[in-house]
Amino acid sequence: MSAIQLVINNNSHQVEIAPDTPLLWVLRDKLNMTGTKYGCGMGLCGACTVHLDGEAVRSCQTPVSSVGSKKITTIEGLSADNSHPVQQAWIAEQVPQCGYCQPGQIMSAAALLSKTPKPTDDQIDSAMVGNLCRCGMYQRIRRAIHRAAQGAGEGA
Amino acid sequence: MSISRRTFVVRGTIAGAGLVLGLRLSPKALAQENAKARKKPVANPFDAWIHVKPDGKISLIVAKSEMGQGIRTGLAMILAEEAELDFNAVTVEQADTRPDIYAHMGTGGSGSTMENFTPLRQAGATVRELMITAAATKWKVSRSECEAQKGAVLHEKSSRRATYGELVEAAEKLPLPDPEKVELKDEKEFELIGHATPRVDIPSKVNGSAQFGLDIRVPEMVFAVVARCPTFGGKHAHFDDAKAKVVPGVLDVFEIPALGRDMFTAGGVAVIADSTWAAMKGREALQISWDNGAAASTTTDALRESLRAASAKPGKHIRNDGNVDVAIPAGVHRVEAVYEFPYLAHATMEPMNITVHARDGEAEVWAPTQSPDWVQRTVAKILELPDKKVKVRTTLMGGGFGRRYMADYPAEAAQIAKVVRKPVQLVWSREDDMTHDFYRPMACHQMRGAVNHAGHPVAWSHTIASTSIGAFWDPPNKQAPEKSEVGGAEQMPYAIPNMRLQYNVAASSVPPLWWRSVEHSFNGFAVECFIDELASAAKQDPVQFRQKLLVKHANWKPRFEDDPDPARLLGVLKLAAEKSEWGTPLAAGKGRGIASYHSFGSYIAEVAEVTVQGSNFKIDRVVAAIDCGQIVNPESVRAQAESAIIYGLSAALKNEITIKNGAVEQTNFDAYDPIRINEAPPIEVHLIQSKEDPGGMGEPALPPIAPAVANAIFAASGQRLRKLPFQLKA
Repeated sequence: MSAIQLVINNNSHQVEIAPDTPLLWVLRDKLNMTGTKYGCGMGLCGACTVHLDGEAVRSCQTPVSSVGSKKITTIEGLSADNSHPVQQAWIAEQVPQCGYCQPGQIMSAAALLSKTPKPTDDQIDSAMVGNLCRCGMYQRIRRAIHRAAQGAGEGA
Repeated sequence: MSISRRTFVVRGTIAGAGLVLGLRLSPKALAQENAKARKKPVANPFDAWIHVKPDGKISLIVAKSEMGQGIRTGLAMILAEEAELDFNAVTVEQADTRPDIYAHMGTGGSGSTMENFTPLRQAGATVRELMITAAATKWKVSRSECEAQKGAVLHEKSSRRATYGELVEAAEKLPLPDPEKVELKDEKEFELIGHATPRVDIPSKVNGSAQFGLDIRVPEMVFAVVARCPTFGGKHAHFDDAKAKVVPGVLDVFEIPALGRDMFTAGGVAVIADSTWAAMKGREALQISWDNGAAASTTTDALRESLRAASAKPGKHIRNDGNVDVAIPAGVHRVEAVYEFPYLAHATMEPMNITVHARDGEAEVWAPTQSPDWVQRTVAKILELPDKKVKVRTTLMGGGFGRRYMADYPAEAAQIAKVVRKPVQLVWSREDDMTHDFYRPMACHQMRGAVNHAGHPVAWSHTIASTSIGAFWDPPNKQAPEKSEVGGAEQMPYAIPNMRLQYNVAASSVPPLWWRSVEHSFNGFAVECFIDELASAAKQDPVQFRQKLLVKHANWKPRFEDDPDPARLLGVLKLAAEKSEWGTPLAAGKGRGIASYHSFGSYIAEVAEVTVQGSNFKIDRVVAAIDCGQIVNPESVRAQAESAIIYGLSAALKNEITIKNGAVEQTNFDAYDPIRINEAPPIEVHLIQSKEDPGGMGEPALPPIAPAVANAIFAASGQRLRKLPFQLKA
């Protein structure tokens, strides 16, 4: 066990934990931040996606000791009031069904749009291929990303 | 709206386990069921469905489980419509697990809207009428001068208005009217039903605040995982927990027994820890030797051979019109096909889990479940408590697809909670979920048919062999293995004079279960591919060929339970053909395929457009035409259609569960990889406006997709794909 400092959604946290524990379980079981989901534990489904310094990573494959001083953003930190353009687009396109994969989808989409404000369909495929949706809402996800990109363009 | 035949989901007790089956009732049985239902005391709508608080806050109660299908929104819309509520001003809450109030709480068989449409309209209308009576009495005016609107009653003449909150105390004291006699709104006046309505659960699902079963966090809680024998029916022989107990965070290790055939839990070694990760690490450190049991030599390769053999033998006659044995040899073009279907896992995004807190004399359960009342009975039995002392809260679910109807994981959690005595969350890893699922049956269908010189099909012979759901779960003396396996094949809608359907069961140790659309997922494939094969033998266009065979005479009436109405099938067939530009030329290597099918009260035709290149193919487009009767929320109908199509495509294109040495070979999404965004075709959904009774929508869009794609690949390449998942030859 070791004491590890984390900056999550701009707040500092200290956790006492085995250093090989994946960030996913630190968030979920130690900090009760359950928005980040467990789906496969092998980086195959993307449900656990969070941002480390703005990069989308699979928190189930990220040992907590490897995070260091990088800033963690989870779905709870994207915006609590659903005001983030990706969240807005997700509501407008009525994307979620069961909704379990959606925190991961939204985090992947937000990371894509921060680097590529106007992604093509191929760029969307590359960025989102690691995120499974068993309810199959893929065309809504695609439409929502284009919608969020459109909004960002108009605002700029 | 006609009170016509309906698919009813009724309670059937199997092996005392309380397993609930979706049964299709004969008209006589349906009449008896209806008579029974009428005799039951009707729940007081103020207690059961519409909670009006004196401060004016109104909650609508939904007694079906939300697993993504949008049922919280749809059922609340029905209540709000008739009760004249402002849908933006109400909250929607999950019902308590009270089978005494909500007779049938199970969510499955695409039945929630079918089952609740009329009762919830009556409940809403009752509230509206009682509010009007309360207001008219208070104001000493005639009821007919009062009108209910947006949660209030108005008396225009005197410009008076009273909110439901102000009226509820008086309204609740009034005698309840006979729900069958309460006036329902004219469909033309619907302001919610039939209108696209944003789902009530979506805002919480984009910011992480939606609470699924795995997200339950209560003070003092601990986490559990179970090491289960990899083979079905096997068990642990010995285990050594010394290394597991020294893993930091591990609190306890103990055995739980397997729970027999009624429940079919594997039993195993439970590891309790202060976090999920510690429990998983503890489990890895266990040293266990397994007794793999009688099923240790099971392989799907061998099962495939026995299914092929069984499909080639005469079987139990389900339908036998005319004389197939005479008609086939007399045909001019004879066609034979063998269709093969693998086992499939449900693979919900959220793996199985449940949280149970056993205390002295009572228990609390947080359950992501399709059957909260069965969970209640199961946990109560294991904890030796009266049902009423087990409070079951139904959480949101990360998918269900039939898997979450089972009470196996609740049973395991109750066994663990009995020892732990703290709130304990049982977590199934993805590997647990995939290797200890209950699987879509494995099957082989043999089909033979013939077309005469005029191009008319004269014979249709269909023999189904499968590892039956019924045969596995029914007690041996009550087995009717065909009951769970022949739906949709028995109701084959095409007018062919000689038609025979036979069934043979194949034994297997692999536990089977309802998988999204159940038997329709394979029977739809066999029927809709084989009719396409006959059209091709007759050298006719597949749409025109079907149209000629969907005959509705003036005196048509259903011949069988759930017999589809040919006119409604024709309607969706025509719409799908029109919207897909059926018959217009396509480039070389491209093809269109169609399938139309009825299940769970809804009629759906789908056209797939594909491009074939060597042994690869791509689905360019899917067009779906839907007649699901009266639509409640078009938004949810569209989403469910898209969802079922992608779920069906995963099965058609990619997924199979294979068994070697008695154990499942696929353990995670690397080997059982559903459709991803880059593989998902654009889907267009077209809805038919209908006044027929509502049909289901959770499942019916699934059966047509695989045959539509197979038929499109044939049109593009001349190859018939008869084994799932598809594999093209170069």
